[in-house]
Amino acid sequence: MLDQIKFLLKLSRSHDIMRRYFVVNGFDGALTMLGLIIGFIVSEADDLSVILSVCLGAAIALGMSGLSSAYISESAERKHALGKLERAMISDLKASAHGDATRQVPLLIALVNGLAPLLISLFILLPVWLVILGVPLPLPPLYAAIIVALFIIFLLGVFLGRIAQISWLRSGLQTLLVAALTAVLIYLFAGH
Amino acid sequence: MVSLKRIVLDVLKPHQPNALEFSQAIAAAGSDYRVHLIVLEMDENTETIQIEVSGEAIDFAAIQAVIKDQGGSLHSIDEVEVQSETKPEARPA
Repeated sequence: MLDQIKFLLKLSRSHDIMRRYFVVNGFDGALTMLGLIIGFIVSEADDLSVILSVCLGAAIALGMSGLSSAYISESAERKHALGKLERAMISDLKASAHGDATRQVPLLIALVNGLAPLLISLFILLPVWLVILGVPLPLPPLYAAIIVALFIIFLLGVFLGRIAQISWLRSGLQTLLVAALTAVLIYLFAGH
Repeated sequence: MVSLKRIVLDVLKPHQPNALEFSQAIAAAGSDYRVHLIVLEMDENTETIQIEVSGEAIDFAAIQAVIKDQGGSLHSIDEVEVQSETKPEARPA
């Protein structure tokens, strides 16, 4: 099963696309959660269950959006590529491994694109969840969630740095800078 | 019984899977297949290859199925080597 997935990804040269979708949509998820949580802090909201429901709603919407948009666009791209290859080969490739890749790779990419923001968002919301469940934390839950979000954003930057083979610290700090800029903008526009 | 010992095929295939993966997939169709692959021509999307398969008893249908599964198209059979292995009839006493 895993070998077949690896083979289809290699055949369709989809590793890079999948990695790109993971980072782009994962970053989307982390930044959206960061924005929501900072918005709740500046508006002095204190009902954690409402905060959790709003953030969960956004996380599920991000997941569904990632899943459906990636599936529709990748499916169309793969069908186009298969048609081009079929014309070059002057034969029907639907029953071949290329046909399998055209059907299965969009599903895999859609799963990555949908799950990346959903899982990252759920991870960021973990402190809020824990406090609702009665687990004591050393920090207020929303500030703890912000720290988790910043840590994940930094890790995504480190991941990008490793791909680009540049300094992981510099790349991590660059993504953190984007997060800091986002926070400043939210404070400027929503804080008054 | 006549066994197929060696066969040379002319095949058109997409760039992926590459020549190594393509020949490995064909070799995996039998237990003792030896595969020799030469890329004869390349264009933007496809490549023409010559595959020589040798073995004790080559299953041509299985090789054709692998070529099709990998997205290839068999153009011609260029060389064949077969051998009969009929046992001599026993002499009447």
